[in-house]
Amino acid sequence: MNKKQKAAAAAAAALAAQREAESTENFEWRDDDFELCGISSIKADTNFQSQSFWRDAFGRFRKNRGAVFAIFCIIFIIIMAIIGPMVTDYTYFGQILAQQNLSPRVPVLENLGILNGDQALRTTTGTIIQNGYFDKGFEDVYYWFGSDTLGRDIWTRTWTGTRISLYIALVAVICDMVIGMSYGLISGYFGGKVDTLMQRIAEIANSIPTLVIVTLLLIVLKPGLQTITLALILTGWIGMSRIARAQMLKLKEQEFVLASRTLGAGSNRIIFREILPNIISQLITNTMFSIPNAIFTEAFLSFVGLGVPTPMCSLGSLISDAYKVFTIYPYQIIPPVIVLVLLMMCFNMLGDGLRDALDPKMKQM
Amino acid sequence: MKKYVLKRILISLVTLLVILLVLFLLLQFMPGSPFNDEKLTEAQIALLNAKYGLDKPVIIQFFNYVTSMLQGDLGVSYNISKNTPIVQLLQTRLPTSVRIGGQAVVLGAIIGLVLGVVAALKHNSVIDTLCTVVSVLGASVPSYVFALFLAYTCGFQLGWFPQLFQVNHPYISSVLPSVALSMFTIASIARFTRSEMLEVLDSDYLLLAASKGLSERALIMRHTLRNALIPIITVLAPLIVSLMTGSLVVEKIFAIPGIGSLMVQAIQSNDHSVTIALAFVYSAMYVFIMLIVDILYGIIDPRIRLAKEDSHE
Repeated sequence: MNKKQKAAAAAAAALAAQREAESTENFEWRDDDFELCGISSIKADTNFQSQSFWRDAFGRFRKNRGAVFAIFCIIFIIIMAIIGPMVTDYTYFGQILAQQNLSPRVPVLENLGILNGDQALRTTTGTIIQNGYFDKGFEDVYYWFGSDTLGRDIWTRTWTGTRISLYIALVAVICDMVIGMSYGLISGYFGGKVDTLMQRIAEIANSIPTLVIVTLLLIVLKPGLQTITLALILTGWIGMSRIARAQMLKLKEQEFVLASRTLGAGSNRIIFREILPNIISQLITNTMFSIPNAIFTEAFLSFVGLGVPTPMCSLGSLISDAYKVFTIYPYQIIPPVIVLVLLMMCFNMLGDGLRDALDPKMKQM
Repeated sequence: MKKYVLKRILISLVTLLVILLVLFLLLQFMPGSPFNDEKLTEAQIALLNAKYGLDKPVIIQFFNYVTSMLQGDLGVSYNISKNTPIVQLLQTRLPTSVRIGGQAVVLGAIIGLVLGVVAALKHNSVIDTLCTVVSVLGASVPSYVFALFLAYTCGFQLGWFPQLFQVNHPYISSVLPSVALSMFTIASIARFTRSEMLEVLDSDYLLLAASKGLSERALIMRHTLRNALIPIITVLAPLIVSLMTGSLVVEKIFAIPGIGSLMVQAIQSNDHSVTIALAFVYSAMYVFIMLIVDILYGIIDPRIRLAKEDSHE
């Protein structure tokens, strides 16, 4: 019996093993072969790699389409401001008096019937289409954005003016980050008499309208880029200092500050190494919003005639010049206006995106 | 409450005094002279200086200046219109500027509020997106670009409204400047109203009010909007002043005879006394409105009053 049974069992085992081998060979496991029974809504845990705050913020920022568009737009404007004036033979100050008020004309596009130098002139007898290039015999001349009333290339001037606005943006950032931030942090941290005195000064400085400070300063000093820079530095820091102070007041009583102080950290270390990293995101966001303000102030001053001296130009002074003839030659005002508006809009959108990315609690609003 | 109000008034007065000092010092450093006429001899200039008190020591000049400024005597224009008291110059121009600025504020506040409230109630809808677009556009496009755009389209091409201000049609010709000026107000008010409303709509006390069975109308009017309005007042206040002061360019574009154009004219013709007087008027308006807002704020929200009293002591 033993032998028989053993043989039968061995045969059965061999058969089973063969079947199993067959079945795994022909079978492919699919994802839905197994499922949790009972509760279908339960989800398996996913493990995420732990992410730093900035990486996390970058991920949120990337999903914000408006902000990403804004940042590319700003980069584009910066590149154009750098190479724009270099790619033409014109300079921002060179005048060719014979070639005044020519409409935009671009080499390839002119064959398509747009930007070919035609301009409509409204007269009492009706609208006439003129082409300054052919009427005056400048068949080989191209002004991509047209030429202004003094015969200067608007393309070159627009991008040269953009440089000024970008420089102003830089000034605003530095002023915010250096003066405003330190002032607010110091005032908030030390409190007491120091705070009262510093806040009174800020309050009084804030009570004088920016415009008044700027205009008066520009009368006392010589109008020019340095004066505008000084004016912006004098007025730009107040908003930032308030936010920095408020944040400092919020944080300085917290335990981690106390711990650091107990360990013997000095004021300098507590302010700049302990508290600043905790509030830097709000400060960065606020800086983004103060850039359009600074650009606007500069454009406004140039428009009133207190800006950069001629033949230098900024977006504001270009708009101011073109505005005098804008009912006759509307194309002259369009490029500086579009660049200015784009620049301000992009910095605003960037600020919004940064705020949402850096402070996700605010995102619901 | 009394202590708080008194304190605010005192601070405002000190601020005004400091502003006067700054303006006066700036005046001293300004280049050029009001008596810039080659025909004048030394003796005549000395006589003129004596007449206007410019020969006295700086400190006495300052005290004279402060007393006369506070009495409402803003001085005399030297260049723009000879020997006319500045108050008289302002009399015709200030109302125009204030009216156009006021129209812009009212228009901007109403449209901004409605837009913000609707956007918050219909969160994540088309209107909400529209509100966001309007607030980004309004905050990014300078008012003078709006002004130029409106002047070109509605004024020049379509001819619906006068392209330039006409003194004998003050209302129809103030439409375009008011609209151009109100864009920024619309944008910021809509943005703030929306975020404040959303915050209040999310709060526990509104849930309580709703669970008590209040109608939606009562919920929005009595609970949501009222609480959301408090921060909006602080946003609106500086806007009011900036509309009256920041309208320099818009006044220039539409050729409005207001204080903004007077300021530009004064700067360009070296008429120091007018520039300084206008700077003082601007600052005084600003300080005054901020004082009112601070007091209003204290009345509406007692927590702020207490917090401020604490922080000052």
